[in-house]
Amino acid sequence: MTTTVLGGVGAGIIPEPFLRAESVAGKFFLMFFAIAFFAAVFGLVLFLASLFKGRSGEKWQGVIFVAPALVLLSVGLVYPAILTIIQSLRGRSGEDAFSLSNYSAMFTQPELLLVLRNTALWVILVPLLATGIGLIYAILIDRARGEAFAKALIFLPMAISMVGAGIIWKFVYQYKQTSRPQIGLLNAILKALGFDTQQFLINAPLNTFMLIIVMVWIQAGFAMTVLSAAIKSIPDEIIEAAKLDGVQSFKMFRFITLPSIRAALVVVVTTIGIGTLKVFDIVRTMTGGQFDTSVVANEFYSQSFRFNAPGLGAALAVLLFILVIPIVGYNIVQMRKEA
Amino acid sequence: MALNSRRRFATLTAVLAVAALTVTACGSGDEEGGGDDAGSTGGGGAIDCAPYEAFGELDGKTVTVYTSITAPEDEPHIASYQPFVDCTGVEIKYEGSKEFEAQLPVRVKGGNAPDIAYLPQPGLLKTMVETGQVKPAPPEVAANVDKYMPDSKAWGTVDGTFYAAPLGANVKSFVWYSPSAFAEKGYQIPKTWDELLALSDKIASDNPGDEVKPWCAGIESGDATGWSATDWMEDIILRTAGPETYDKWVAHEIPFNDPAIQTAIAEAGKILKNDKYVNGGFGDVKTIASTPFQEAGLGITEGTCYMHRQASFYAANFPEGTTVAEDGDVWAFYLPSTSADTRPVLVGGEFTAAFADRPEVKAFQTYLASLEWATERAKTCGLGGCVTANKDVDPNLLENAIDKLSAEILTDEAATLRFDGSDLMPGAVGSGTFWKGMTDWIIGKDDKATLDFIEQSWPAS
Repeated sequence: MTTTVLGGVGAGIIPEPFLRAESVAGKFFLMFFAIAFFAAVFGLVLFLASLFKGRSGEKWQGVIFVAPALVLLSVGLVYPAILTIIQSLRGRSGEDAFSLSNYSAMFTQPELLLVLRNTALWVILVPLLATGIGLIYAILIDRARGEAFAKALIFLPMAISMVGAGIIWKFVYQYKQTSRPQIGLLNAILKALGFDTQQFLINAPLNTFMLIIVMVWIQAGFAMTVLSAAIKSIPDEIIEAAKLDGVQSFKMFRFITLPSIRAALVVVVTTIGIGTLKVFDIVRTMTGGQFDTSVVANEFYSQSFRFNAPGLGAALAVLLFILVIPIVGYNIVQMRKEA
Repeated sequence: MALNSRRRFATLTAVLAVAALTVTACGSGDEEGGGDDAGSTGGGGAIDCAPYEAFGELDGKTVTVYTSITAPEDEPHIASYQPFVDCTGVEIKYEGSKEFEAQLPVRVKGGNAPDIAYLPQPGLLKTMVETGQVKPAPPEVAANVDKYMPDSKAWGTVDGTFYAAPLGANVKSFVWYSPSAFAEKGYQIPKTWDELLALSDKIASDNPGDEVKPWCAGIESGDATGWSATDWMEDIILRTAGPETYDKWVAHEIPFNDPAIQTAIAEAGKILKNDKYVNGGFGDVKTIASTPFQEAGLGITEGTCYMHRQASFYAANFPEGTTVAEDGDVWAFYLPSTSADTRPVLVGGEFTAAFADRPEVKAFQTYLASLEWATERAKTCGLGGCVTANKDVDPNLLENAIDKLSAEILTDEAATLRFDGSDLMPGAVGSGTFWKGMTDWIIGKDDKATLDFIEQSWPAS
C-alpha cells in the first residue's frame, strides 16, 4: 500500500529500482523516504494551521488538523465500504445486475444458515463465558495472597496470538484411535480414565463448542484484568457502610460490587462481543471452517477468495458490519453516559 | 497436483522462502562468474542456444516465476533452468507459495502479476484469462507444443486461443500397496473393480479387529482439504459412467447431481464410507477428513492398511529409505476399471501462463515447452515427480521407478487419458465447493445432499 502511494508520489523523481524496494538499500531508502514524506505532510499541516490566528482561526485550524485523517478515512474506509455494499447487491460474482439474491441465499441456503447459527452461538457464549469466568476469578483472587501470580496465570493467554492459540489447542484436541498412543492431551486424559477417544474437531456440533473454548481461554484474561481493576476502585467507604448494615457475601456482590462495576462490565462484554463477531483466525487455523464450524468472517473469506463468489462474500461482510453497529453504538452511548 | 506442492508441512514455508532466495542469489552469482559452473551442475547440459538467441540480446534481463511448487521440490525445478540461464544470461526469479491459488488472482488484480505462473488447474487459467491479462502463447511455444505434446494443447486453450503450454504431468489412477505384504498373504493385484471390492472384503475378513483395515485414506490438506476425495470421485466416474459422460459432467452439460454421478458417488462410498474398509491405522470413516493426505498412505509401510489410492507424486511421502519399486517396499498398481479391457487414466499437471510478453519472457516460455527442458528436468530430477507432458523424452532418463511407470502409462496407446475434472471446472466449484462437499460427505452428509450442494454452487453464466 505504502509502496504504491509513494510510487505514485515519487514516480519520475526517484529512480525506479529504489521504489521497487528489492534490494536492502532500496528498502532502507523507501523507509527513509516514507518517514520524510510523513514529516513533510505533518510540517505542511502545522504550517497551514499557523497561518490562521485568533478566535475565528481556531475553526480553520481544527479543519486543517482533521483533514488528513478525514482524507485517509474516506479513501481507506468509506470508499471501500460503499464498493462492498454495491458488490453485495450484484449477484454471486459482484458484477451482475442488481438484486438481493446474495442476501436471500444467506438466509435460505442450509450451508450459510449453519454459518449464521454458529456465529450466533459464538456471540452469545463467548462474551458470557469469558466475562463470567473473568469476573468470578477477579472476585475470588481479590486481595488474596499471591494475587499477582494468580492474575498472570489467566492473563498470559492474552499474550498469545489467536493463530498461536489455535495451533496449541489443535494439539490438545488431537485424535488417535483409542488403541494407539495418544499425542493429544485431552484424548490422553480420556484414555487414561478408560473412555474412548473423541474426534473433537470433526464431530459437529461439539466442534464449535471446542473452538469457543479457545476464544474464552484467550478473552477471560482480558475480562479479569479490567474487572479486577474496577473492583479495586470501589470506594472502601461504600463497602464498609454495607458491612455495617449487615450485608453478606452474595448480597454484597449483587447490590454493591455489581452496580459499581457496571460500566466496566459493559465495556468488557461489548469489546469481547465485537471481537467474537469478527472471529476468523481460530476457526481458520483449527478447522478451516470445515466440518460445520464456519462463522461469518471465515465464510466471507472462503466465498470471496476460494469459491470465487465475491458478491456473496461482500454480502457476508455487510452482514458483519450491520451486526457490529448496534454493539458499537451501545458502547458509545454507555461511554457518553459515564463521561 | 495443485497438490504436489501441498504435500509439505506448513512449517516448511519459511524454509522455502529462504531457499528460494538463496537459490536465485546463487543463480545470479553463477551468471556473473561466467559459464564455468554450468558443466558441473545440470547433466552436462549444453544445449543449442539458437532458439533463444532469436529473441535478441537478453543478458541481464529478469523473468519472475510464481508457482505452487514449494520446497523441497522447487530446487530440482530451478536446477532444470540452468541450460537456459547459461544460454541467455537471463535471471529467473523463482517464488513458490502454498497459497498460490488464492494469491495469484489477488496479485493479478492488484497489478502485481508475475511474468510467468505455473497454473496447476486449467480452470484457474480460464479465470485468469477472463482478467484480460494473460498473454497468448507466442508462436514458438505453440510450435513446440504441437511437436511434443499435441494431446495436451486443448487444456491450455481458452475460447480458441492457445495460452498455456503444459509443463509437468502426473498420473492419478494409482493404488499404492506393499508388494511383500501382498505376497505374504497371497493377495493378487485386482484387474477389475469387482475384484478390487472382493479383495477389500477378503482383507477385511482376514483382519477382523479395529487395527488393520484394507484401505487408508486422508483428505486433510489445509486450505485445500477435500481435494483427494475429488480425485477418488473422478476416477470412479471414469470407470462407472465412462469418459464421454465424464467430459459432459466436467463441462456441466449434465448437472453435477446427474443420476450417473449419483451412481459413482455411491460406488465411492462402498469404499470410503465403509467402516469395515477404512481407515486403517487412523480410526473410523470420519478420520479421513482429519488425516493429512501426506500421512494417509504411510500405513502401508507400517502394516496398518493394505491399499491407498493416490497419484504418482505420493512416492516422495514415504519415509526415507523406502524402496519404491515393483519388488521393493511399496509400489503402485493401476486402479482397475469395471472391465479389464478399458483403461481410463486420470492425469494432472501444470501449465505455464505468461502475464508479460517481453522477449526474455517469451524465450523462457519457449524453453519450458522444449524437449531440451523436459530432458534436463528428467536428468536433474531429485525426488521424483519429474514426468513432463512432453512425449518425446526418453523414459530411460527418469531415475525414479514410479516416474518411469507413469511415463509409460501416459504414452500408452490403450489408455484413455482424462484431465483431473476438478481442475478443469470453474474455480468456485473445482477448488471450492467440490472440495468442501466431499469433505462434508466424508463426515456424514448423504450422497444426494452432497451433489445437490455442489450443483447449486455452479456459476450461472
